[in-house]
Parts: sequence; structure tokens; C-alpha cells
Amino acid sequence: MAEFTLPENSVVKKGKTFPAPDGATNIQAVEIYRWDPDTGENPRIDTYHIDLDTCGPMVLDAIIKIKDEVDSTLAFRRSCREGICGSCSMNINGRNTLACTKDISDIEGPIKIYPLPHMPVVKDIVPDLTHFYAQYASIKPWIQSTTPPPGDKERLQSKEERSKLDGLYECILCACCSTSCPSYWWNGDRYLGPAILLQAYRWLADSRDENAGERLDELEDPFKLYRCHTIMNCTETCPKGLNPAKAIAEIKKLLVERKIA
Amino acid sequence: MSSNNRPLSPHLDVYRLPLSALISIVHRGTGAFLTIGTVVLVWWLMALAGGEQSFNEAQEFMGGFFGKLILFGWSFALFFHLANGIRHLVWDAGYCFEKSDVEKSSYIVLGAAGFLTVLVWIIAFSTGGGA
Repeated sequence: MAEFTLPENSVVKKGKTFPAPDGATNIQAVEIYRWDPDTGENPRIDTYHIDLDTCGPMVLDAIIKIKDEVDSTLAFRRSCREGICGSCSMNINGRNTLACTKDISDIEGPIKIYPLPHMPVVKDIVPDLTHFYAQYASIKPWIQSTTPPPGDKERLQSKEERSKLDGLYECILCACCSTSCPSYWWNGDRYLGPAILLQAYRWLADSRDENAGERLDELEDPFKLYRCHTIMNCTETCPKGLNPAKAIAEIKKLLVERKIA
Repeated sequence: MSSNNRPLSPHLDVYRLPLSALISIVHRGTGAFLTIGTVVLVWWLMALAGGEQSFNEAQEFMGGFFGKLILFGWSFALFFHLANGIRHLVWDAGYCFEKSDVEKSSYIVLGAAGFLTVLVWIIAFSTGGGA
């Protein structure tokens, strides 16, 4: 069932404020969700004032600067800093995106940073993605075939067949879309969510895969697939410009087509 | 480290819902409202079946300000749910998924629902049905 309010241990309190360094002229406020598993206290919002004149252009640069220069206790995930690893996904000013590809200059007023929504928090803005990854594993994200591979070469695709994977293979599993989806918030225990369903379609659309029937059998479920109500938050928020909602619609279409075929 | 005291990260409170999501919420709301409206319709029909006196009582309520307000809301809910329902059919057919198309069709749904509601009430009043 949908619970619209946060449990008692999750209610966010006011936190500390860190002033800007002396002599700073281009000051930006950054509000960050903090939770320390060791204290047992409720989460809080800490406010950091940083000097943009000595900061890189992206939100991730600001977060790294804060950890380096102001508060080393801040925990976050990051790796590639160029939008390909999907580690620094978080909620920035109300939308899920990658901190490394989000321009500070696009934000008016304070930068507000939360963990990906409706997820268990490990520490600060690091969410627990265990269930998300387990759901990914459940769709068997690899080529399944019964015919033996050609002896002397790879399984080839025509250009046309390969083009069907465009808009799907680029997904970096950052979980921005799934954690933007109200259906995933309320039913994430059983609903696979947009990211995993886009991946499921990625294997259905692959000409080299020969297990579409079984994949569709697995997906034909009121919760796994049909909790999607085309709310479109996923497509609106995808930092890679992909369209999970359309991929889900394509799966629904395949299920209808095989019924009437 | 214990993991069962982990807080749940904020969701509805912090997420800036796009227009499509707001319309989705209204779609569900109007659906529920229409269901209740159907019960009212049944009550109205039962009043009709109950004879002249019960029908006149029902008419008096539905013709009054409060009754008209309910009917106005119900007609808007009907046209909104209809227009957005058609958009859902288009989506189910696999079309209109680009972000720009979603935005455009959101405004079309809102416009169509408003236009049809006003149109019906103009017709109702001009034919004396609203009197």
C-alpha cells in the first residue's frame, strides 16, 4: 500500500550551517541530506556555503569541494564524473539526475540535494540499491540462445537489427528513473520499475536472443510489469535522455501481439 | 552494522512532479469521482422510478446550487477522464512518448476537458436544461 508520509525515523530535521570562507564573493548555498548510521538520530539537512569562484561547474564538483575543504564526513558515490558510470545519481532540486552532468549554473537559489527518493539510506546521500540490482538479475540480462554460436565468428547482426538497441543499450542503471516513479515508490517490492523494464526490453529487442517467449512469460504479471501507469516521470528525468516509458509500452505491445497472433 | 534502522529517503515531499504526473493523479481522482457520480446517477434514476414526488425532490436538489456544482464537477471529471483516456489508448498503441509530445498532449487533454465542459453547460443553459 502507498504510504504518502515518511516513517518516524526518516523525518528530516534541520541541521548545521557552514558559513562561506572569508573573502568569498560568489557564494552558493548547498543544502544536503545527511544521515549518520552511527548516531541513531533522524536525518537532517546541512547547509554549506561555498565559493563558486574556486569550484568546478557541476554539482558533483561542489559536493567534492565540500568533502575536501569543509566537511570530510559527507558520504556520496562517484566515479567517472562524466555521466557514464551512473554512481552519482541523486535528487537535485526535485529531480533525479547525475550530479556530474548537472550544471550548477542551471540552478536558481540554493542547491538542494537528497538521496534517490523512497530508498533505504546507507549514509547521507548513498542509497541501498541491493533490491534494485536483484531485480536486474531477475530479468536475466544476458543473451540466451539455443542454437550453437557460429564456429568461426561472432553472432552477427544486420545494421537494422543493431539499430533496435539504440536508446536501450545506453542505459547506465543509475536508477534515476525507477526512483522517480510513484508506482515504484508504492510497489517497488514487486514492480520491476522503469530501469529494469527498459533492460528487459533491451534483451527482447536483441536479434541474437532466442528466449523471448520465456522472458515475456516472466514479465506477464500484474505487478512486475503492469504497475506502470504511464506517469512519465521516468522519461522526464532520465539523465541520458532515454525513454523507459516507451520501452515498457513496447513490452506491453509484444504481450498483446503474441496473444492475437 | 545494523541495517534495519535505515531511514527511507524523502519522496513526495521533495520530488518536483512534472505536469504528466499531476495529470496522472487527476486522472485517478476523476476516475474515483466518476464512480461516486454513478451512484448519484442511480439515486436519481431510482427517484424517477419512485414516482412524481420523489423525482421532484431529487430534481429540486440537483437543480439547486449545490446539485449544479456537483454536476459541473462531474461533467469536467467525465471529459477529463475521457480525453486523458484517449491519450492512454494512444500510448498503449506505442505513440506519443517523446517528451515534447507528452507535454503537448498534456495541454491538449486539459484544453479539451475544459472546452467540452464549458460547451456542454452552454448547450444545457441555452436549451433550458440548466434552468
